[in-house]
Formats: sequence, structure tokens, C-alpha cells
Amino acid sequence: MSTRLQKGGRLIDRSRSMSFTFNGKKMQGYAGDTLASALLGADQMLVGRSFKYHRPRGIMSSGAEEPNALVGLGEGGRFEPNQRTTTTELFDGAVTSSQNHWPSLEFDVGAVNDKFYRFLPAGFYYKTFMFPRFAWKHVFEPVIRQSAGLGKVPHARDEDRYEYAYAFADLVIVGGGIAGLAAALAAGKQGKRVWLIEQTAHWGGRAVVDGVQIEGQDADAWVKETLEALEGMENVTLRSRTMASGLYDHGYLLMYERIADHTPGDGRPRHRLWRMRAGHIVTATGAIERPLSFAGNDIPGVMLASAVRDYVVNWAVSPGDRTVIVTNNDDAYRTALALLDAGLSVPAVVDARPEAKGDLPEAVRARGVKVLEGKGIAKVKGGKRVTGVSVCLQAGEGAELETIPCDAVAMSGGWSPVVHLWSHCGGKLNWDEKQAMFRPDPNRPATGADGEAMVTAIGSANGHLSSADVLADAHKAVGGKGAAPGAVCATEAPIMPVWIMPQGAGPALRFKMWLDPQNDVKVSDVQLAAREGYESVEHAKRYTTLGMATDQGKISNINGLAILSDSLNQAIPATGTTTFRPPYTPISMGAIAGEARGEIFQPLRKTPMHEWHETHGAHWEPVGHWRRPYCFLRTGEGVHDAVNREIRQVRNSVGLLDASTLGKILVKGPDAGKFLDMLYTNMMSTLPVGKCRYGLMCNENGFLSDDGVVVRLTEDTWLCHTTTGGADRIHGWMEDWLQCEWWDWKVYTANVTEQYAQVAIAGPNARKLLEKLGGMELTKAALPFMEWREGTLGGFRARVHRISFSGELSFEVAVPASEGRAFWDALIAAGEEFGVMPYGTEAMHIMRAEKGFIMIGDETDGTVIPQDLNLQWAISKKKEDYLGKRAQERSFMASAERWKLVGLETLDGGVIPDGAYAVAEGHNANGQRNVQGRVTSTYYSPTLDKGIAMGLVKHGPDRMGEVIDFPVDDGKVVKARIVDPVFYDKEGEKQNV
Amino acid sequence: MLILECPCCGVKADETELQAGGEAHLKRYGPGSTDEEFDGYMFSRKNPKGVHFERWRHAYGCGKWFLAARCTATLEVFGTYPAQTKEPPADLQAKIKQKRPNWEGYK
Repeated sequence: MSTRLQKGGRLIDRSRSMSFTFNGKKMQGYAGDTLASALLGADQMLVGRSFKYHRPRGIMSSGAEEPNALVGLGEGGRFEPNQRTTTTELFDGAVTSSQNHWPSLEFDVGAVNDKFYRFLPAGFYYKTFMFPRFAWKHVFEPVIRQSAGLGKVPHARDEDRYEYAYAFADLVIVGGGIAGLAAALAAGKQGKRVWLIEQTAHWGGRAVVDGVQIEGQDADAWVKETLEALEGMENVTLRSRTMASGLYDHGYLLMYERIADHTPGDGRPRHRLWRMRAGHIVTATGAIERPLSFAGNDIPGVMLASAVRDYVVNWAVSPGDRTVIVTNNDDAYRTALALLDAGLSVPAVVDARPEAKGDLPEAVRARGVKVLEGKGIAKVKGGKRVTGVSVCLQAGEGAELETIPCDAVAMSGGWSPVVHLWSHCGGKLNWDEKQAMFRPDPNRPATGADGEAMVTAIGSANGHLSSADVLADAHKAVGGKGAAPGAVCATEAPIMPVWIMPQGAGPALRFKMWLDPQNDVKVSDVQLAAREGYESVEHAKRYTTLGMATDQGKISNINGLAILSDSLNQAIPATGTTTFRPPYTPISMGAIAGEARGEIFQPLRKTPMHEWHETHGAHWEPVGHWRRPYCFLRTGEGVHDAVNREIRQVRNSVGLLDASTLGKILVKGPDAGKFLDMLYTNMMSTLPVGKCRYGLMCNENGFLSDDGVVVRLTEDTWLCHTTTGGADRIHGWMEDWLQCEWWDWKVYTANVTEQYAQVAIAGPNARKLLEKLGGMELTKAALPFMEWREGTLGGFRARVHRISFSGELSFEVAVPASEGRAFWDALIAAGEEFGVMPYGTEAMHIMRAEKGFIMIGDETDGTVIPQDLNLQWAISKKKEDYLGKRAQERSFMASAERWKLVGLETLDGGVIPDGAYAVAEGHNANGQRNVQGRVTSTYYSPTLDKGIAMGLVKHGPDRMGEVIDFPVDDGKVVKARIVDPVFYDKEGEKQNV
Repeated sequence: MLILECPCCGVKADETELQAGGEAHLKRYGPGSTDEEFDGYMFSRKNPKGVHFERWRHAYGCGKWFLAARCTATLEVFGTYPAQTKEPPADLQAKIKQKRPNWEGYK
């Protein structure tokens, strides 16, 4: 059983006890514990079930690479699944629960899968759930979803807050082990702006655990001294609990700081996402130990040798009284020494190498430990925890030589440098045959904006495993002056690569050799993938899901591709690695969102009348970043009724529309007229001062892009109205042409959308209402239709346009934005006798549809040209050129077969569903009905008391009176007659009075 | 996430401040052009692995368009220059040629 030792523990503070629960069971740990060390200290070796076979799983590592020991952490608004116990600092009152089991961790029904492992090989889902097709949706998927998935989704709203921060540095050193510290010290002395970040709460990395001597003192003391020196440098910034998540182009480094994970609810942001721009990045990210592939290597109690050492030295936790060590290298012997120093028993070291005669093995032998050379583990005995190992010849097939009873197994298959950050932006790797590892190729680094290397790997991350080499490499890499700090450490004999233990293991053993414990991928699965033709490492990865779990294969990938290489009979570098992608370890969604949540998720644009709308029942509709009232609800009223009421009011008396969101772009200069003639399909240069003209804009593809009324303000100034959503886009479009194509034209543009409040006063009583305000003559003679005047209206500086989007007598009045609300209030007060009321966007839409006016985004969808909408009258025949003209001459654009705008009237007076298609005779090549048109706008018209619609129909304008079919849901068909799109006031008498 | 120096305002702009505008130095073909010419202008774009000239707008900065020469494979930036140029400046072309001897020229 695992237990807390009486003495020792570098990181724990025995004077501060902390209590926490695991699956409701109360447990104790100490300040400085991780959840993993506290669980092991409380003899909780079984911490979860595996993903696919529901096998019992325990803690395997002591760091970011942990595949098994994931828990749900917290409650309610602080619950989060899949938290790695090995990197979660213990805090008092932590509530944790294990994952992937039902009904309980100890007794799990899904574990039956483990007995059927032969029937659940790689690609099982792909092969099994192909047929019948309907069964996928109704049978397979619901069942699989129930049993699959890691952890539970949180349901409550996240109680914590998160933030972004931005920073710049000459040099960012990632990793606070001795390599990072030595590099920071050397670079700091050069006066560079240096950041040194460390993902854990502690500095010093492995050296402090392994008892290395640096500069004649313990690594611990050297680390402390170096940190003090760095803290004294103003140009150096130190950040612990900060992980470099990903490196992107041009030195953009994303860093994830876990500020308050260990102090939840203390008011600080939980996480901070640093968006760093670094001149250069040094990766001192260390190395991760690899497991060995022997049968039963996933049973709770089988751990990485380095992790066993960490638990004993850092947290005074013993994984068991008797730990067998199995290795192919010298480093694992350090674990034996650490266990012996702690008074624990090491029954044997099983070394796969034919001979183990280095300093470390000899030191272990000298302590009376049996070293079994040329041996391997045939299988681990036990279920929910290790009870023993069966020893065999590494070179053989697994015949048992002896059984050694034990409580834990510490395994080491060698070390893999952490090359993720090095690789994110294109840094390449070389296979180091001697050390059996991929390490950064200094000649092929990721490069920055200047084409030079932007990343340097140092220390273990660069493939140096001895502390002396690590320090020398770090010092040199940053151009350190003088001698590098010196270290004394044992020399190590070479590693012998071991990818399968024993070498000749048969299928029964290979079925139980786990490569990727989190995704339950075994040696047999990768071999199967190779046999079935998944030879590319990227294909094999996806077929088997090797390395695709939340740990991203940190401990499994190298072993997996070694097995794949072996199956394909090729060298490891020929197989290569899969792509390393950010984030290095998962980062919280909260950190990604930062402050952008709730009300500040997105900035909201408000018109000057927004507050009035809000207090008068506005039913909001988002339009771009604006909110516009869809309609104004009165007490007890539904949306449909409100819209109809608003329309009747406009048609019978007068209504007000807040049109402030309409784009307003000022175009000025000697060449402004020439420029607008290019931009619009019709002629704008000939528009007299004082008049308005409706205009269309197309893109160079000929398709309609925006429309609006253009106003000629002065001899050299035009005001272009755009759609609400189009203002910024069209202004950008104008600037594009002016800056990049016609840069010698003298034109100036300004987007003045927000400088004015604009109100449409529409309805038969519109003029009477404005006359009550007084100050301007607004008779038909003084201000005819499609003209504008400037003056003072009720004391407000106003520009009054006689334009109409409703078909009624209508004035659009622009006043300075600062006076918008007061002007609106004045209109409401003056209009009382006419029963004036505001109307929303839906009433506006319906009234324009009654008039057959098109709407950009309804009648157009980026594939519609003005000719499709019978807007030839708005296309100048005289102009040699305008944007889109050449495209509209192309044969398909000029074709008579294009769908054209018509009105549609249902035979039964109902409303055609939005987006319905009209079918034609016959079927297409895919067996679908042929189509001949579609609905673009469809409404109930309260004015006409029936459904009206507009649509694009093949040969439409030539087929007036013809009835076409619109199949809708449930096999029903709506029949509609093709009619003129103008349903109301065809002669336009109402708007021109 | 690129950084490009805006030649108009001199700011080293982060990609989030910029708007990409596709290939630079296109010749516009309007009415009177052949179908082939118009097709080339409207639809045919280079997609080189290597040196490329692009339009960028400092959208959340000074608002000006400018042109950039960069390597699409390594993201090395050779230089930026004003949009009001018919072809890449000679010194920039020389610099690119020096860094990429096999470069075939901007046309």
C-alpha cells in the first residue's frame, strides 16, 4: 500500500494539514502536496477507470504527462472535469471525484469490456457501426456516448473570472529547472529584458530531487541563490505556475498562468492568459520519462521511476513498501537509491541490458539490492493494485523465471526531451540513436520575421541528460560570459532501446501492453494498424487514437511510433513523429475567453435613442454590433400583434423609426463625382445639389453588395447612405479603391454614421407632425419627393430628406447625435394627437416588402446581380465603366435563364415558409427534385390581410399569373401565383404627396 | 500571428490589427477586356510556396493599405511598402533575390 513516510518531503509543510474528499471520502494531506501525492499518501492507489476497457487505473507520473489520474474537481460553479491530480496543488476543502465508471469506482459494470478486449481492437467503431445506417443515430451513438467521454460537463455558470495580459520581452525562457535558471542568469547579466517562466509552483526541476551538486553546493541551495540573484535584476521577470501553451508565428507565445487554482474564491482571477511577443524563445522544458511496454504496465502501482523518486523525495510518499525497478538505463537506479534512503525495500532491479556495471548500478548493488541483468517483466500481477511481477528473459518470449512479490513497480524506458514548443512553429527533430530519443536539430529551428532562428532548445529539452552538460549548454546558448556553473553527477552507461518487454512476447502479452493508457491503446492495436495499411504515423495515430487524449501522448507517442516502425520494418526516423500542436497541456476555456463574457462579450453599439427604446418595450434584434428594436411590445401584447399594430399606425397615421444605424459616409473632393460613378451602377455625378438618388453598389464580380440613398450636399460633397450592416464594409471598400487603384484621384471619405441621429417619420400625418415642430417649410412644392433641405426644426439643426422605404409620405431627418434623444422626445410629444408610436425593423421590413422594395441580404445573397431584381433602371447605360460592369457582361450573367424577382401570392392567403424552394419537373443527377425558384422574403401583410412574398423564379417576369409549387414540411405543398412584386400602391401616389 | 510594419504610420502592427487583402499588384480589367483577361484579373491568383506579395490594411490603426513581401513557407517578411506603387521597389527585389537566389521574380 502507498503511504506517507514519517520523515522528509522537500515540498510539504507538516504543520499545515489540509483536508479534502475523494468520492465523498474524507482524506488528509499537507500544504505543498499535489492532489496526487495526497491521494497516494492516503493509500488511494485506484483513482479512475480507463476510457475504453474501464480498467482500474492509478497515478503513473508526477507531472504534466499524467495519463490516468484525472478527476472532476470542485462543485457547482467551480466544477471542472479532467483535472490532472499530478499538477493540481492541494487546497483545504478540495472536493474531488473519479471519472469513467458506473456505478462506482470499485465496482464498475463497464469493466466487462476488458474481458472482450479481443473484440474491441483499433478501428472497432469504424468497422462495426457501419450498417445499418439508421442504427448509428438511434442505437449505437446513444449507447457509445453514454459510455464514452472523459468526465462530466459542468452545468453551472463559471463562478471565477479570467483575464488577458500582454507583454513583450527580448528573451523568454520556458522552464525553471537548472537549465532555465542558468540561462536566465547569463542573459539577465547582459541587460536583456528576460522572462523566466515555470509551469509548476517550484523552481529547480529534476536536479533538486536527484541530489545534484552545483558549484560545490546542493542543487537546492544553488537554485535558491540563483533565484535571489534573478529577483535582484530589474530586467528579469520570474513567473511560476505559468505554462507556455503554444508558440506561434513571429515570436507570439501564449502563456497560461494559474493564479488562483490553489486558492479558489480568494477574489483573484483564476487564470491569466499572457499574450507575449518574444524576440527569442529558449525552451528549457526538460524531458519526460518513457514507460516500458510489458503486460500489465497499467495496473495501479506501476509508475514512472522518476515519479516514484519525486513522491518519495518531494512529498515523503511511498508508493509501496517493496518497489521493483525495471529499466533499460542507469537513471532509474537513482530511484532505487532514493527508496533505500527512505528506508524502503527494493526487492530487485530488473535491467533489460545484458550488463549493468555503471556507477549507479554498482552503488545500488553495494546497498545489497539484487540486479537482474538481461531480464524483463513478463507480466505484472494484480488487479486494482500490484501484487508482484513475473520476471523473464528480455531476449525471450516471456517464460517466467521467478515471481517477485511487490507493491509497486518503477519503470524507466529512457527519456524523451520535451520538444513541443520547439516544434510548434516548425522546428525539426533528429533521431539520436545513441540516446534513443528525438532531439531538436539546431540547424532547422523555427524561424521568425527576419528569417533567423527564433527558438533555441537548451538542457534536457535539447537532449542533454547529465546536469553538467545541461548547465554548460544553457550558459553557452544565451552567450553567457565566463565559465558555466559546474555540476557533479554520476556518469551513466548507455541506454539500450527496449520497445517491447520481453522482445519475443506473444499476442496474449501484447494485448495487455499499454502504450497510451488514457485512450486505451495497446501494442497490439498499433501492430494491427500497421497490418491494415495505416503506415503513415499520422494515419496510425488517428486509426488507433494513440496520443489523441488530453495528455496528447506525452508518454506514449515515442513508444507507439517505435512499435509502428518495428511493424513496418523501418527505422524510427523514417516513421517520424506526429505533429506537435498547442496547447502543451489543456488550458481552460475561461482563460481563452478572458474578460469577454456576459455584457462585455462584445461591444454593443447604441443609438442616441437606445435608452428610450429600452424603457418602451423594445424587443431587440441584433444587427451587426447594434441592437435595433424588432418591435415595441406593449403590456400583454405578442410580437406578431405589435408588428401589425405598428404597420397599421404608419399606414393610417404616422410612425417613427430610429434609422440612426444606417451607414452615412461623406465623400468629398474634386474627383468625388467621378469616384461615385465608378462605385455605383447609376450616375451620381449628375445628381443636382439638393437632391437624393437611390443607388446600387456591386462588387467586381458583378454581384449586388449594398444599396442606399445618395445625397448631394454641395458641389463637391456627397453623403452616401449604406445599409446598417454595410457601413464599415463599404467605407473600407471605398478606401481600398482610393488607396490602391485610383490613388491619384482627389477624394476624401469619412464614415460619419455615429455623428448623426436619424429618424424616419412615416405616414399620412408625417408632414403635419413636423409642421407642428415648425421652423422649415415642408410642403410638396418646397421639399419635393427625393429632395432634401437643411434648416431648423423645432429648434433642432436638421437635414430633412424626402425619401421613403415604407411607401408612405416620409421624411428622414438627421440631427446631430448629441441632440438625437431630445429630437425623438419632441417628435413623440408633438405626435400625440396623431397617436404616434415607434415602429421596429420588422414593420419596416414588411412595409418595404408590400412595396416590392428589395433588401440587401434578403433578395441578395452574394450571387444576385441587379438585373436579376429588375433594377435595370438603376444601371447607367451611359457610363463606360463601373465596378461590376465587366462581370455583368459575362455570358452567364447576361443569360435569360437566371432566376428573376417576382411577387408571390399564395392561393389560400397563407404565408410561404421562409427559404422555401419552388420545384420543377423531373429530378437532378442526385435524385433530388429539380428546382425553379426560391422565396427571398415572405410575410403576413396586415395592410392586405394575406401572405405576401418575393422570390427569384426562372423566367419569372414572363410567367405572371402562373401557379408554382413550394413543397414544405410533412409532404405538404404551398401553391403560389406569380404576381407583380409591388403589392401596395403600385403608382406610388402615397409617398409622393 | 504575423507582425508587419505599416509603412504609413511606422507601427509594428500585430496581425489582429490588420486586414488581409490578397495578392498585390493585380492589374484591373474593366469593360472592353477579353474574357481571358477578365478571368485572370478576377479569379486567377498565385499560390506560391515561397515569395509572395500581398495587400494588407492597417485596419485598426491608421487605416491605410500597404503591401508586404513575405515567404509563405517560413513567414519571413522581406519588407513592406506603400500601396501606391506599381511594382515592388528595386531594393526590395534585390534583397529578396539575395535571400532567395532561386526566386523567379514578382511577375
